[in-house]
Amino acid sequence: MIDTPFVIAGRTFTSRLIVGTGKYSSYAVMAQAHEASGAEMVTVAVRRVNISDRSKESLLDYIDTKRMFILPNTAGCYTADEAIRTARLAREAGLSNWIKLEVIGDERTLFPDNEALIEATKVLVKEGFVVLPYTNDDPIACRKLEDAGAAAVMPLGAPIGSGLGIQNINNLRIIREFARVPLIVDAGVGTASDAALAMELGADGVLMNTAIAGAEKPVAMAQAMKHAVIAGRLAYLAGRIPKRMYANASSPVEGMVGR
Amino acid sequence: MQITLNGERYELDEPITVAGLLARLEIDPRRVAVEHNLTIIKRHAYPEVVIGDGDTLEIVNFVGGG
Repeated sequence: MIDTPFVIAGRTFTSRLIVGTGKYSSYAVMAQAHEASGAEMVTVAVRRVNISDRSKESLLDYIDTKRMFILPNTAGCYTADEAIRTARLAREAGLSNWIKLEVIGDERTLFPDNEALIEATKVLVKEGFVVLPYTNDDPIACRKLEDAGAAAVMPLGAPIGSGLGIQNINNLRIIREFARVPLIVDAGVGTASDAALAMELGADGVLMNTAIAGAEKPVAMAQAMKHAVIAGRLAYLAGRIPKRMYANASSPVEGMVGR
Repeated sequence: MQITLNGERYELDEPITVAGLLARLEIDPRRVAVEHNLTIIKRHAYPEVVIGDGDTLEIVNFVGGG
């Protein structure tokens, strides 16, 4: 089946899976997992260079930047100002004006502060950034972000790193109906079926880090996620059957032997 | 003279350019971003911008994240 391309801000991606670079046991394992995932976009964080110890390997040595598009994030930022400052630094350090915008509102849940997120989106869009905001699974917040100029909306499936899977299926359905920009489910995926479900609900893509990096075998999980995203997307396009309470025989009821 | 480098105090004998400091720290300028007294310094300006006593410098790069 021929799918429509996955396009964000005019850039086309073949894979609908976006993966992170955090929490891997080693950069070598990360590189293998990236390869197995088939992803074409990876997220990275912006942090101070370690001045005292320059011996550490560089993350970028393990990312094939010809194949992978790098999406820096503003993870760890708790105010709009902090996130804007980090986004500007990311643009300077990187190769693009894309930013995965995070403005966190609470340490335990890592839920976004929507008010600050919308404010930061407005500022960064004016400065020419392609803003991909990580947001709550709230259709109104998503609509406001879109109105603020976000290039995509990225509602969470569940809290970051929780592996709980999609918690509010209905909200994601509503966001699917509302959204005129790409919808990417970001965070909360625990296993392949979670990613498949996100895609079956009509998400244009899925972004995950911990589900792969934290799996016992990250490379195998990356491969599972690749297939899950493809399967979920195809199932969405194929149009599932309606659910019904009672059985509906698959084999003919006529022509039974001896009746 | 003393500067604040990535939140820590750092001693310098004399004013130095951003490019000079990066070379001294063995940091590849192509992979970092530099903020000097809250202003981002464009890469092409590294050889010109001079860091003086009491200045604050942030040097960031990309690390693993989600």
